[in-house]
Amino acid sequence: MASDVVASSERIGELPRPQLEATSSRYGEKAIKAFLFACAALSVAVTTSIVVALLLPTLDFFGEVSVSEFLTGTEWAPAFADASFGVLPIVVGTLTVVCWALVVAIPVGLASAIYLAEYAPPSVRKVIKPTLEVLAGIPTVAIGLFALVFLRPLAEDALPFLEWRGPFSVGVAGIAVGLMIVPLVSSVSDDAMRSVPSGLREGAYALGATKVKVATRVVFPAAISGIVAAIVLAASRAIGETMVVLLAAGASPNLTLDPTASILTMTAFIGQTATGDIATGTTQYNTIFAVGALLFLMTLAMNMLAIRLVRRFREVYE
Amino acid sequence: MGDARMPGSGRAQLAAAGARAATRDGLTRSSHRDRMTGALFLATLLLGLGVALLGLAAILVWSFVEGAPRLGLDLVTEGPSTLSPESAGFRTAILGSVYVILGVVILIVPLGVGAAIYLEEYADRERWYNRVIELNIQNLAGVPSIVYGILGLAFIVRGPLDLGFVVAAASLTVALLVLPTVIIASREAIRAVPRSIRDGSLALGATEWQTTARQVLPAAVPGILTGVILAVARAVGEAAPLLLVGAVTFATFNPSIFEGGYSTLPVLIYNYASRPQEEFRVLAAAGVIVMLVLLLAMNSFAVWLRNHYEQKW
Repeated sequence: MASDVVASSERIGELPRPQLEATSSRYGEKAIKAFLFACAALSVAVTTSIVVALLLPTLDFFGEVSVSEFLTGTEWAPAFADASFGVLPIVVGTLTVVCWALVVAIPVGLASAIYLAEYAPPSVRKVIKPTLEVLAGIPTVAIGLFALVFLRPLAEDALPFLEWRGPFSVGVAGIAVGLMIVPLVSSVSDDAMRSVPSGLREGAYALGATKVKVATRVVFPAAISGIVAAIVLAASRAIGETMVVLLAAGASPNLTLDPTASILTMTAFIGQTATGDIATGTTQYNTIFAVGALLFLMTLAMNMLAIRLVRRFREVYE
Repeated sequence: MGDARMPGSGRAQLAAAGARAATRDGLTRSSHRDRMTGALFLATLLLGLGVALLGLAAILVWSFVEGAPRLGLDLVTEGPSTLSPESAGFRTAILGSVYVILGVVILIVPLGVGAAIYLEEYADRERWYNRVIELNIQNLAGVPSIVYGILGLAFIVRGPLDLGFVVAAASLTVALLVLPTVIIASREAIRAVPRSIRDGSLALGATEWQTTARQVLPAAVPGILTGVILAVARAVGEAAPLLLVGAVTFATFNPSIFEGGYSTLPVLIYNYASRPQEEFRVLAAAGVIVMLVLLLAMNSFAVWLRNHYEQKW
């Protein structure tokens, strides 16, 4: 068709053939594009650097300590003269914090999300959603201080029959971390539930379902992959949280599930050890990187899972 | 009783009436139960939301109550002290935070916006490397902040860059930490500019970059700024990665960028909070107030910016 038009204009012989290609080779445009690509590619360089920075000292570390001793040992005492490098106590410590955090964050976060997505009038929603977002920005050091000075004595008053020792408690630290991740759970699951098409709701109402049934038996299951993604993301955030556990959970690598005990988490170990004076290249220095590598792998696996789940609900409904 | 509508034998009438009553009864009873369940369910949801809002608000309120005795100008003008918590303040740490944050802003604005422009305006999604970059940024956003601290310690403080434990190293570390947030927010802002604006500009003969720089970016600026401010607000409160790149020094002198020890506000708060004496905890709570006021100012500015420049297409 285009060739017909050109041919007819040539036949008439009045209009010159229009110039449609660029008149210059546009090196400036290409340079800009290359710069912008470099900005985007920087993120890959950062990831590579993280992996290299963690991997090299970790390999040195495993030259000194066997992998099986690291992963299955039950005593963590890297700074002692008779050092032992069993990572289990600090992994269990981390997971205990995550469990307590989820015990708080799942019911509270999901209740908020269902309310915001299914019940809240637009005017209420417009106020509460940004409020939760702002509250999500409270610095974690403030939450840690709150847990240590306010929540811990409060917990002792509320549950005097438990055996409280010292100022640190993994349960209290976990609850504080839970409070911190509530906005994340609620905002991601709220998005997931709102992306469920309203046709599903209307169909259920037409069949005589009540509002409760629509929320719990239609919308909730339809959004389940997004809701699971929210919980996985929140758990990953809880694993990586440092300041709250550093302040409120203590620094003793006990292998215990007792909520009143003081424990050490992986992040707290890294933070605490790095602030001390350790010579570069020693096994103790390399321990930071080995624990960091384990932490990185755990959160990476969880984030990949969450990204995949979020993508799935987007694909189904958008 | 419904005789006119219900012709037939007496027995049939009775049966029909009974059936109708039973149905009506069943309907009303179940709807009564449903109303109860509905109310209970809604109450549970509101309870959850209440716990979330009150729990988080309690942190703010408690900090103000706990720190109130130390509120005063000397909080900002006095330097830190390990001996006299009654008169110690946060001057050097506040300056340290300001320096670190200025560095972060200078680094993240060009890099973050550049990456966002590339991904939204130039990248061909079919290419594998563009998909890798995208997935990679999503993953980086979820890497724990302390891992960035390890990166900073190994590559920026020591290793290839070898800057030492200085403010510049902290700026660089925190910039890398918040970069994914800035990229994701800027992409949202750029994506919100309608396709027709670009098509119009291109149709008038503008090049790709002219279109981006003169049409798309100006329209996306409020959104980008909001994202940058929120990312910077996160950077202000960040303490964990800074523990690894030297901010724990008890800096009694004002910091400088490329040499000497420094501290930042959240790290000094941590430092005070981890001391057992009551006075230091009050001081830490007062520091939290300073930090929260700073963050509140930044967040309000971001919200104002979003509302003021929000454009409806």
